[in-house]
Formats: sequence, C-alpha cells, structure tokens
Amino acid sequence: MKKKNKDKQPSILKKASSFLSIRNLKYEYIRRDEENNVEGITTAVDDVSFDVKAGEFIAVLGHNGSGKSTLAKHINAILFPEEGEVILDGMDTKDEEKLLDIRRTAGMVFQNPDNQIIGQVVDEDVAFGPENMGVPTAEIAQRVEESLKTLGMWEFRNASPNRLSGGQKQRVSIASVIAMHPKCIILDEPTAMLDPRGRYEVIRAARALNEVEGITVILITHYMEEVIHAHRVLVMDKGKVKMEGTPREIFSRVEELKRMRLTVPQITELAWELKKEGLPLSDGILTREELVRELTEYKHRKG
Amino acid sequence: MEDMKLIADHLVFQYDKSRSDARRALDDVSFVLHKGEFVGLIGHTGSGKSTLVQHLNALIRPDSGSIYYEGADIYEKDYDRKALRGKVGLVFQYPEYQLFEETVLSEVIYGPVNMGMDKKDAELAAYDAIRRVGLEEECIDQSPFDLSGGQKRRVAIASVLAMDPEILVLDEPTAGLDPAGRSELLEMIKELKEKEGITIVLVSHSMDDVAEAADRIIVMDKGRIIYDDVPVRVFEHINELEEMGLAAPQMSYLLRDLKKAGFPVNTDIITLKDAREEILKVLS
Ligand SMILES: Nc1ncnc2c1ncn2[C@@H]1O[C@H](COP(=O)(O)OP(=O)(O)O)[C@@H](O)[C@H]1O
Ligand SMILES: Nc1ncnc2c1ncn2[C@@H]1O[C@H](COP(=O)(O)OP(=O)(O)O)[C@@H](O)[C@H]1O
Ligand SMILES: [Mg+2]
Ligand SMILES: [Mg+2]
Repeated sequence: MKKKNKDKQPSILKKASSFLSIRNLKYEYIRRDEENNVEGITTAVDDVSFDVKAGEFIAVLGHNGSGKSTLAKHINAILFPEEGEVILDGMDTKDEEKLLDIRRTAGMVFQNPDNQIIGQVVDEDVAFGPENMGVPTAEIAQRVEESLKTLGMWEFRNASPNRLSGGQKQRVSIASVIAMHPKCIILDEPTAMLDPRGRYEVIRAARALNEVEGITVILITHYMEEVIHAHRVLVMDKGKVKMEGTPREIFSRVEELKRMRLTVPQITELAWELKKEGLPLSDGILTREELVRELTEYKHRKG
Repeated sequence: MEDMKLIADHLVFQYDKSRSDARRALDDVSFVLHKGEFVGLIGHTGSGKSTLVQHLNALIRPDSGSIYYEGADIYEKDYDRKALRGKVGLVFQYPEYQLFEETVLSEVIYGPVNMGMDKKDAELAAYDAIRRVGLEEECIDQSPFDLSGGQKRRVAIASVLAMDPEILVLDEPTAGLDPAGRSELLEMIKELKEKEGITIVLVSHSMDDVAEAADRIIVMDKGRIIYDDVPVRVFEHINELEEMGLAAPQMSYLLRDLKKAGFPVNTDIITLKDAREEILKVLS
C-alpha cells in the first residue's frame, strides 16, 4: 500500500509531517429533476488545500453554506473527492479497503444532541463503536470506562440518555467516538443547540482531549469565543479557504471577517472600537484578562 | 388594564400524567405580557421554555391554571382558539424543517388561507409579510429549500407574520445561524417591535442577544420562573444564573473585572455599546 501511495500521491512524501493533507479538493452537489436532468449545481467545496499536523486544534469558521460540513465529511470518508485528494494519516480516503480504518482514525460529532445517541443506556451507547470494530469484550468495558471518565460522564453510565441535558448528551456522543480510539475528532457545530453551560462543557472537553490525550481536534463553530484557544483558524467563504492563521491573526482582521458574514469575539470587537476612539490597544485582543491588563497599563502611563 | 395583552395564571403542566411523581414541565408559572414589550425568555435546556410558549397560543392545555388573552380565558369551551393562533404567532425551533410548500409564496399564504382569509387578501398579506422580514422579491417563486439557512428562517417568520399577529413568539430563532445571520434576524425582530408595535417573546440561549434586545427577561429553571425583571437587574444575579446553567453577558464579566482592577466603572452594564461609552468616560 505504501508503495502504491508513493507512486500515486507524491504529496504525502513532501508533507511527511502532516497528519491530514487536503489537496485541491473540489465537491459539487448536483440537483436533478424527475427525468434525471441536471437542474442545478452547487460547488460546495472549491479547490481547497491545507494540512493539519497531528495534535493540532483547528477551528473552522464560515458563513452558513460556505462548505464547512461538506469539507468535514470528506475527512472521514462520508463524502469522497470529485477532484483533488484527502490523505488522512497516510490513507487516501478514496481507497475502499481503508474505509474502516479511516472512520476509526477520525470520528465525527454533529449538531443535534438528540439524534446521535442510539443506546437506551449511556454505557451501552459508548460500547457500540468498539463492539462493531470487534474489540474483545473485556477491553470494551475498559474503553467505555476510560471514555466516560475522560468526558466526566462516568457517574451517568447507567442513565437513560433522555434524562440528560444537551451538553451531557453531546459529551456522551464524544465519549462514543473516543471509545474507538481515534487520532482525530471532528466536531461539526457541536454547541449550536446548547445552553451556556452545555457549550462550556463541550468546549472544555474538546480542549482536554487535545491537550491531555493529544487528539487532533477540528472544531466547526459559529461562536467566535469558542475558537480563541485553537492553534489555528481556517475561514471558509463560498467553498474556499479564504484565511488561515492563529486566532489573534484572524481576529485582527475585523472588517474582512464582517464582510464574510462573520464577526470577532465581543471582547475583541470592544477593543477594536476603543482603539478606533484613540486608545492605544493591541490588535486582536482575545480575552478579558488581556483587555483589562492593557487598559490598566494605559491608565498608569497616563497618570 | 388596557395594555395587558396576555396573562398566564398559575400554569401547571406535566407530560407524563400516569406518574404523580413525574417532574412538572411547568410548575406554577404566572406572568403578564404587556402591549409592545420585548421579552427575552431564557433557561437551561429542559427548563420548560418550549412547553411554556406552546401554552401561549393554546397548543398545549395546562393541567391547572389558565391563560387570558385580552381578558378572555383561552381554554374556555367556546373560545376561538383558531383565531388566537393568528393573534399569538408562534415560530417553532428549527422551523425550516417544517417548510413543505413548493414556493415561498405558497408557504407564506398557507397560514392566512387556513385562517379563512380569501385568496386575494391572503396573497396581499403574504407579499407584505415577505417584505417585512426583509426577503428579496425574487424569492417569492423560489422553492424554500433553495434558500440559505437564514432566509428559510425568515420564510417561517413571514408565514406567521402573514396572519397579522399581535404577539410574536420565537423559539430560539437564531440557533445555528452565522454571526451576520444572527444579527440581521435580531435587528429584524427589533424592528417589528419598534415600527409595528408587535409584542415579542424571544426564547434564546444567547445572553448577549437578550441583553442587547429585550426590555425584560424571564428566567426559567426546572419549570419555574425564577426572575422576571429588566435585563440589568436579572444579570446582577451572576452566581445564581451560573448555578442554573446560564451565564451573564460577556460585558458584565468585563465590567466587574475592570472594577476589581481599580477602574471606577458602573457594573450595571450588559451591552457592548454601553461598555464602550463607560470605558471611554472613565479614561477621559
Ligand atoms: N445534500 C446536499 N444536497 C445539495 N446541496 C447541498 C447538500 N448539502 C449541502 N449543500 C449545499 O452545499 C453548500 C455547502 O453546504 P455545507 O457544506 O452544508 O455548508 P456549511 O456547513 O458551511 O453551512 C451550500 O450551498 C448547501 O446548500
Ligand atoms: N413531548 C414531550 N414528551 C415528554 N416530555 C417532554 C416533551 N417535551 C418536553 N418534555 C420534557 O419537559 C421538560 C421541559 O422541556 P422543554 O419545554 O422542551 O424545555 P426547553 O425548551 O427549556 O429546553 C423537559 O424535562 C423535557 O424533557
Ligand atoms: Mg454545516
Ligand atoms: Mg426548547
């Protein structure tokens, strides 16, 4: 297999350190009428290329319909590239023999907390994945315990999922993915339907998986505050990746982001407006602590 | 009183009535909605917000208690509940999944026709509603399925507005929208209140949005109303709100931090605009 890849995909060799490599990816949805005639074509992902290193925390921003979910579904082979290629941990997602390995390497969690849990009891749900993978029974129990503990849901192992809050359900969904020991987890707007605590719990869990377990995280969200801890942010606009950089770099570009139907965290926006009023503040202030510190320094200088 | 549109009087409701010990989704809920108010309704998931809003137009009948719309008990045997559903318009959560007609126009016209309006008037009402939600005229003959997420939400809102409601109730209308979609929709809802005097009840998980838009906030926790007050007074209870799975707007936290750092700021501030003014004032 290695040899075949070497012949066909020289790109992996060039990018030996990258865990995920997306090259010139293009994907179109084709709408047809009853007679199967093409009615319309939407280019959802348009010539996208980027690399992700193992252990990175990547956030993906973009307006509704910018292609984020279509892109995400290519990473674990739910969709396949029409043009270009997706190489995950050395595997070409178009290689049918690798399908199970690919799905095991990158797990996905979606928006709706109410339609991802299939088990009647929490621990049963978490066990499904490893069971389907043929993990030995003794090890399954161990994985279920580990995953639920990692997500802080162990005390709910015997609970019925419909007794849980939205944030707790999402953490069970994440635990179910983690039990398959993936190297990467893709979270597609996991907090869109949650209350403030639920959002906090899910984001804290994602950060812990990344920092403690070293799992590569790809987080898609419309909440700017959720991405300030990411290592890198990708901004999608009409199917293309239009910006890439650290949160500070990205959130320094307030006006460009607004033109792309996005915004910046409220603290960043406030700092930006204060700067326009003449206060000497840095660009891309991300947290309350930073803003309070800079305002305090300014106050002391001013006397 | 002239300006009291709707009174919820000691509402109690339980989904599972076979078990007397099952938790009540609504537990003794009372409040008054005044004409032209913008009320934010917040609470953790499962606190009873959606259950409550479905009582407001009699989609759900309470186990006890009642609702009075302009003085009349809406659960009385002869009360015209069909007409009520035109006056108290409810936009459900994720309404785009309930769009079913072939074109935007037929989607929006459905409500008024169903209420008994003749075709011609219904069409006028639909055109008017489509304009009021800020959809382009070109959308009218398009399939709702070809529209963006934010546009679909507007179609759903237009189909309720076409019935000419006096109270518009929206259950998490901005969930899942991109930042521009969120603020455009919120602006549009504020305009319905300001320009047309429509009473608004907005269910939201965004503390920043309700802080920005609402005149008054009702906080629910486990089926009960815990606070019902103007936004600044409600958000004084940061600790209690956090206990309930909620939070304060980001600006409240910032102003408190600034105060702790020795800035003589007013901490009763919950919006970005006011925070900017206050900081410029104390630094000038
Ligand atoms: N199953 C589908 N069939 C047809 N068009 C689709 C489908 N899924 C998405 N699209 C279209 O593809 C584009 C990108 O959608 P999507 O990847 O879901 O964006 P995002 O996740 O950023 O909102 C949009 O124009 C959307 O309408
Ligand atoms: N159709 C239903 N059947 C049974 N229980 C329900 C139903 N809808 C809601 N509940 C329960 O009622 C309570 C209040 O739910 P809901 O009104 O949906 O809250 P919210 O909208 O604040 O999230 C929750 O405990 C929920 O599980
Ligand atoms: Mg999406
Ligand atoms: Mg609800």
